[in-house]
Amino acid sequence: MKRLSRYRRHKFAGPAVLLAALFTIGTTFSIATALPSQQRMEVSAQTTMVEEGKQIFARGCSSCHGLNAEGGAIAPSLIGVGAASVDFQVGTGRMPMADMSQQAMRKKPVYNEQETAALAAYVASLAPGPASVTNASLTWERDGNVAQGGELFRTNCAMCHNFAAQGGALSNGKYAPTLMDAQPKQIYEAMITGPQSMPKFSNNTITPAEKLSIIKWIKAAQNEPSLGGASLGRVGPVTEGLLVWTLGLGLLIGVAVWLAAKAR
Amino acid sequence: MSAKNRIASGVAGYVDDRTGAAKWLKKNLTKVFPDHWSFMLGEIALYSFIILLLSGTFLTFWFDPSQREVIYNGSYAPLSHVTMSASYASTLHISFDVRGGLLMRQIHHWAALIFMAAIVAHLLRVFFTGAFRKPREFNWLIGVGLVTLGIVEGFLGYSLPDDLLSGTGIRIAEAILQAIPVVGSYLSFFAFGGAFPGHVFIPRIYTVHVLLLPGIFLALITIHLMLVWYQKHTQYPGPGRTEQNVVGYPLMPVYMAKAGGFFFIVFGVTAFLGGVASINPIWLYGPYTPGQISAGSQPDWYMGWLDGLVRMSPPIETHAFGHTISWNILLPGLILPGILFTGMALYPFIESWITGDKREHHLLDRPRNVPNRTALGAMSLTFMMISLINGGNDIIATHFHLTINGIMWFTRIGLIVVPPIAFVITKRICLSLQRADRELVLHGKETGRLVMLPHGEFVEVHEPISAQKAWTLTQHLQPEALMVEGADENGVRNPAGLKGKIRARISKANAEQVAAPTLTEFKELEGGHH
Amino acid sequence: MSNELQKFTDPGLPAHVHRKADSDPKAAKAAEKQVAILFLLSAIGTVMLIGSYIFVKSNKFIYLPILGDTNLQQLLLGVGMAMSLFFIGMGAVHWAKTLMSDTEVIAQRHEMRSEPEDRTDFVETVKEQAALANLGRRTLIKRSLGLSLGLIGLSPLILLRDLGPLPKNQLATTDWAKGTRLLTDPGDRPIKPSDLEVGSVAQVLPALPTGTERTLENIGKDAVLLIRLRPEDFQLSPERLSWTHEGIIAFSKICSHMGCAVALYEQQTKHLLCPCHQSTFDVTRAAKVIFGPAARPLPQLAITVDAEGYLVAQQPFTEPVGPSFWERSS
Repeated sequence: MKRLSRYRRHKFAGPAVLLAALFTIGTTFSIATALPSQQRMEVSAQTTMVEEGKQIFARGCSSCHGLNAEGGAIAPSLIGVGAASVDFQVGTGRMPMADMSQQAMRKKPVYNEQETAALAAYVASLAPGPASVTNASLTWERDGNVAQGGELFRTNCAMCHNFAAQGGALSNGKYAPTLMDAQPKQIYEAMITGPQSMPKFSNNTITPAEKLSIIKWIKAAQNEPSLGGASLGRVGPVTEGLLVWTLGLGLLIGVAVWLAAKAR
Repeated sequence: MSAKNRIASGVAGYVDDRTGAAKWLKKNLTKVFPDHWSFMLGEIALYSFIILLLSGTFLTFWFDPSQREVIYNGSYAPLSHVTMSASYASTLHISFDVRGGLLMRQIHHWAALIFMAAIVAHLLRVFFTGAFRKPREFNWLIGVGLVTLGIVEGFLGYSLPDDLLSGTGIRIAEAILQAIPVVGSYLSFFAFGGAFPGHVFIPRIYTVHVLLLPGIFLALITIHLMLVWYQKHTQYPGPGRTEQNVVGYPLMPVYMAKAGGFFFIVFGVTAFLGGVASINPIWLYGPYTPGQISAGSQPDWYMGWLDGLVRMSPPIETHAFGHTISWNILLPGLILPGILFTGMALYPFIESWITGDKREHHLLDRPRNVPNRTALGAMSLTFMMISLINGGNDIIATHFHLTINGIMWFTRIGLIVVPPIAFVITKRICLSLQRADRELVLHGKETGRLVMLPHGEFVEVHEPISAQKAWTLTQHLQPEALMVEGADENGVRNPAGLKGKIRARISKANAEQVAAPTLTEFKELEGGHH
Repeated sequence: MSNELQKFTDPGLPAHVHRKADSDPKAAKAAEKQVAILFLLSAIGTVMLIGSYIFVKSNKFIYLPILGDTNLQQLLLGVGMAMSLFFIGMGAVHWAKTLMSDTEVIAQRHEMRSEPEDRTDFVETVKEQAALANLGRRTLIKRSLGLSLGLIGLSPLILLRDLGPLPKNQLATTDWAKGTRLLTDPGDRPIKPSDLEVGSVAQVLPALPTGTERTLENIGKDAVLLIRLRPEDFQLSPERLSWTHEGIIAFSKICSHMGCAVALYEQQTKHLLCPCHQSTFDVTRAAKVIFGPAARPLPQLAITVDAEGYLVAQQPFTEPVGPSFWERSS
């Protein structure tokens, strides 16, 4: 695995991965079609939601994750990731991925809420995993404590997502995204499922109540007004330095040029 | 009218009766200052310093430089009931519970950034125009002292609020202190009154920030200005401007109005930034604790190059005889900056050694006419820029979709490779500009008008440039390479030895020039044309 | 370059060009008006400053493009102050430029060095005065003075001794000891291995003896990061493997480079990244440095579980945590 990641930057890495992917898709297809019909019977016996989800999965996800979500060379197994993970990944538009060359990024969701729920139900039916939540079920406004949330955020989240939840750089081009558009349920699901580079934050080390506080703090950060004027991106002193050399010194030198020019 | 005159003579008489300064004042009120926008850069720095004194005094009325723990109960809700140091809490109080407090805090911080930017811009102007040459070496040294102290003063200033970002900065400063061989851990324990972070560091740096360093600044700035006054300002070359005169406007009233007005303009621009652009929003960073960190932790820009150097440093530590030396900290954090700043301070003496020029200079150089110096400046600037880029590599990576590892390698290699390239390119550009000047003087400027000669050939009419312009382009001194005594072709050993040889070598490179056109050449060409 | 070449000559200061305002009274009047308008703008700015200080509530926000939801009082105070200062300056400069004399004045310079006789006088005086002090002959005085002057520098050093205590072994020790429980930070709850799923992290601090309050100095060296991996992911020496528990591994969170909190864990690559200087550590290989300026791995804390099943330290850290220092042996 370690060695693979080192070769990922090689110029033949792209074509090689593509070849491997095609090969795997081919094999999984033949294996999947050869599966005993008994297993399919079991699946079909479940609710229509799961069946609907399975169909969507077969169309939109199986080419990478395998016909039965068992994973492939380019995508992980989804058995046991739970509905929360699906709801987060599909609900934020990260899945299905458009471009394999970089980190899955937040974009407009491909599937609507119902389809997402169906997919989640299907993946949840494969093996037990964290359940998805709804925005309404998270009573962060009532039960969260914004100051406690800030402390938790600074200890557990700010090192990647930055002090004001604006996101930050990880190694080798990966990044922690900005949380400015994150919905409460997505924040919650991300913490319990650990999408992409993010680790999981178990409910026993950060309790669900503490997670509500974190959500409340992030919501406060999203709505943080410009107390001191233009926020300059809230990324620290780099943009401040840029502004002082462009606007600050620029204005002053402009005036100095006018001051020293001879009047007509 | 006569009433006005009476008052004027009354005031002048009153002052002279008590000081006997009539002669001195008369001479100095009509002191002549040359006008050029680039001469205002130092003034921006001076005025920012005054703004810093004023706004800083305002802040001290509420700031509590103490690291004792308090529970915040001010009006910023996201931090209410959080345990924090009194200095952080009082900074929040200034920001949100003192009307105009946030504005003053932001003015103070913006003024500090402008102060440092103006100092650097002023330093570059002085360097590239050769204003540091005899008799102004003392002022160059004072200037180097001021820029160094400015970096320290700025660092201490933004460390005072004890927020998560600045606390991280102090942690890094502590690591540098601790890395000093033999005495490092002692220095750290003395500075912090025990283990990091302790309870005494902020009160201590507060005294240094508001008393000790501003006092030294005030003294150095006074000497700096007195020397400018006494030695009279340099001026750009041009018709009527010589080494023996200074052409400009008298202090009273024109320069007083302009310089006084400019103070208000600098203050106004700083206040504008303070009003519309947020700076150092400490309430977002949270109080400092060593267990927390934010992505994208950088220092202010004037420290950014140092942080960039530290980031790109190779991971080298030596462990021998039960002791550790952290080259990965010492090299980029102390040794390299030490060499750079010492080199900068000594530059006027080095240049005069290379050129053998011991004359006084009051006319500034046009940078192109001193290709070696200009190229050296461009090289140093490139070095600083590359370091600075790496100091913000994480922000650059996220905003331009690059990788921090990529930027790190680019700057690690670039730091060694790019500055020499910048040197060569700049030198070439300077020489071509000299050539262009020469062309312009000898052949005049292109008019775009075509004329058909009797035999049918078309030529473009060139218009001779004015005598003023021709003088400006040709007045500069052309350095000649130093000849080291005894170094001749007859195989006689050079008595000056290796040092002399090196000197002659550098001097020769330094003297590489396109010959300034002369009137003789110009006349010959003119004769040829007709 | 031969000397016979004739150089261009200095044509002298160009003739003074008069401004419009110098000759045209109308233009002068207009310039005067412009100056007055600039000064009036400054007055308006001051009025705005005073008005916003008194009448604008500090919790009022308005939406502006670029700035977003902006605090009105802060904005108006700033803009008012900026106007009041900026325009008074612009007025003064415009006045100086358009209406004050713009005839260039020439002042003569003199070489910095004094006249030869003054200079020799000065040198003589120095010599004479120095001779009066007899310094040349009284070597005993010279040497003893040198000694005392050299020693005088010691007194401030001595007086500064009480700035802080001696480090002793404080840099090398932490509050972790055999059997110290790992508590969540913040929250101070003990942790069972089952609380952590594979791929999860937890920020922990040691349980301190009852009655001891946790200070920032404690956190500054005690902070630890707990990570759970699949045990088969580890590539550790048998000893280091025995320091882990069911795939849970613990590292000092204080960077071995400059002491920042290294808590940026990338779950997929299993790398730890320090956001200050981007040192990257490989968790599976005992936090080996794989990128950046750090020269040493993060110290690993040996952990196990106690009788009640909570995670505890097996032993103190076996090496000092945090940045290097002179007395550090490895």
